Amino acid sequence: MKSFLSTAVLVATLALLAGCSGKPPEQPPQPPQQPTGDTSAVDDANAAVDDTATGGPSGELLSKRIIYFDFDKTEIRADSQSVVAAHAQYLAKNPAQKVRLEGHADERGSREYNIGLGERRGQAVRRALLLQGVAEAQLSTVSYGEERPAAAGSDEQAYALNRRVEIVYLK
Amino acid sequence: MKKFATSLFILTLGLASPVFAQLRLTITQGVTDPIPIAVVPFARAVPADGGMDVAAIIQRDLESSGRFKGMARTDFLTTPTTAAEVDVAGFKQQRNDYVVVGKLTALANGDITVGAELVNVLTGMRMMGQTWTVKSTNLRNAAHRVADAVYEKIIGVRGAFATRIAYVSVDGKPPNQKYQLIVADADGENAQAILTRDRPLMSPAWSPDGAMLAYVSFESRVSSVYVQNIHTTQRSRVSARAGINGAPSWSPDGKKLALTLSGSNGNLDIYLLDLTTQQLTRLTDDPGIDTEANFSPDGSAVYFTSDRPGSPQIYRLGLGGNERPKRVTFTGSYNARPRVSPDGKQLAVLTLDNGAYRIGLQDLASGTLTILSKGRQDESPSFAPNGAMVILAGRDRGQGILQTVSIDGQTSFKLNADAGEVREPVWGPYLK
Repeated sequence: MKSFLSTAVLVATLALLAGCSGKPPEQPPQPPQQPTGDTSAVDDANAAVDDTATGGPSGELLSKRIIYFDFDKTEIRADSQSVVAAHAQYLAKNPAQKVRLEGHADERGSREYNIGLGERRGQAVRRALLLQGVAEAQLSTVSYGEERPAAAGSDEQAYALNRRVEIVYLK
Repeated sequence: MKKFATSLFILTLGLASPVFAQLRLTITQGVTDPIPIAVVPFARAVPADGGMDVAAIIQRDLESSGRFKGMARTDFLTTPTTAAEVDVAGFKQQRNDYVVVGKLTALANGDITVGAELVNVLTGMRMMGQTWTVKSTNLRNAAHRVADAVYEKIIGVRGAFATRIAYVSVDGKPPNQKYQLIVADADGENAQAILTRDRPLMSPAWSPDGAMLAYVSFESRVSSVYVQNIHTTQRSRVSARAGINGAPSWSPDGKKLALTLSGSNGNLDIYLLDLTTQQLTRLTDDPGIDTEANFSPDGSAVYFTSDRPGSPQIYRLGLGGNERPKRVTFTGSYNARPRVSPDGKQLAVLTLDNGAYRIGLQDLASGTLTILSKGRQDESPSFAPNGAMVILAGRDRGQGILQTVSIDGQTSFKLNADAGEVREPVWGPYLK
């Protein structure tokens, strides 16, 4: 007990010396190198996700990377069609370029159901790009549901900014 | 200096991980006529008890139920530690119905025995005499167990104070947020972070033995389902398939997880993953969103959310083979996230009620939906293991908080975080 207390005092003192700026030293559990389950049966399609977003192309339409959606809707609005078309054209001409379509929902309703709504929006943009000549291998989707809002707040303005698909150009 | 004291306190409790959000419990609604009870300070075991006030924890537990009012410390005229010493007439004169007394005894190996007795002041009868022997680090848990026993003797339903909750805490402003998966006692105390990530964590689910949590992490930018031991913090990734990996829910035998998977075509359906063999069985096949599965307590069916009728509603799928999903909610345009009560007779659901998202109770026999919560953006209901309370996520001045409501709607308390926001509470099972 004595040594335990001394350790406690030592750690607490270190926290003090660290300028009282933050939390006590933190050791989050490290993910295992390999899942301890039977890895052979786990489809690792997600494991090799290329994390690195790049600047991507520029231009009036191509620099627009966010497609907004109406409440409870998954159709691409008329005012976004030209943006989607510009990205489709660019991607069709650059078949080595990959993009990730990140779908989002506003905060209302159930979290896992909103993952589904975000996915539907991502798929709507994916289908539009495929129809305009982009190859399947260039596209991936992820839905964050309501988990990564672009705008804080619980009003219509924030909701409208959060119902979106972000087109992320990958290296 | 305040920091020093806090750090020391946390470490002397033997906690392994740092904590961001400490929760503060406030009773928001109680019964109009709570039962008066005197919880006398227990005889201490110095220094093994570390100064913990066991009687105060018991009193706070009982009061948090909204059904008891404890006598103030300053009003005690006598402080008996055994039932035989209780001055029944004196406590009766101070308008108590019951008296709880007890003592702590340190054992040679460092463990502590907690003895507690319950006296009915109106009849003079000793209703309970029980002991619990625990490691000194588990003294708080022993206090919760005393409260469970007292609650059961008086109310007739087992208490759920000696249980744990898990929840997600979020700190910082979007898009730079820190997510933690936290396990705490049911009263919000004794909180420990078992995982910290800078990308979203969601949908924690307790294993039936209370040793593991399944959850969704976006740490690799896309969703994966993990299973983690809350004691060792060891974890394994059990699903990282193309598309969505979400909404884990344990089978009652702890051997399988129901999951939501989408594949790369983005169609969410429900699957069953055998955790031993890794065998995957598809349960639903519908172009709509099927998600948020939850097993019936006997394991014979899953309830889930589906928007196949055009808006989200709850369906039941029997697992006997060759069964078709049957719709079970018909009230209102939005019913999602079903959680089955421990007796299998009710569902707690997220329902749209006059423009507000609230928690409702759907009686499975009659089909009646009763609105339970009063917020505008309530979500994530989860039953206490005694079935008497539901914990849910709500909003308090724009911040995410946790709250409980008794299923008769009569009592509730809230748990506010001192920093950041807390969400997605799940109430763990009874522990052996």
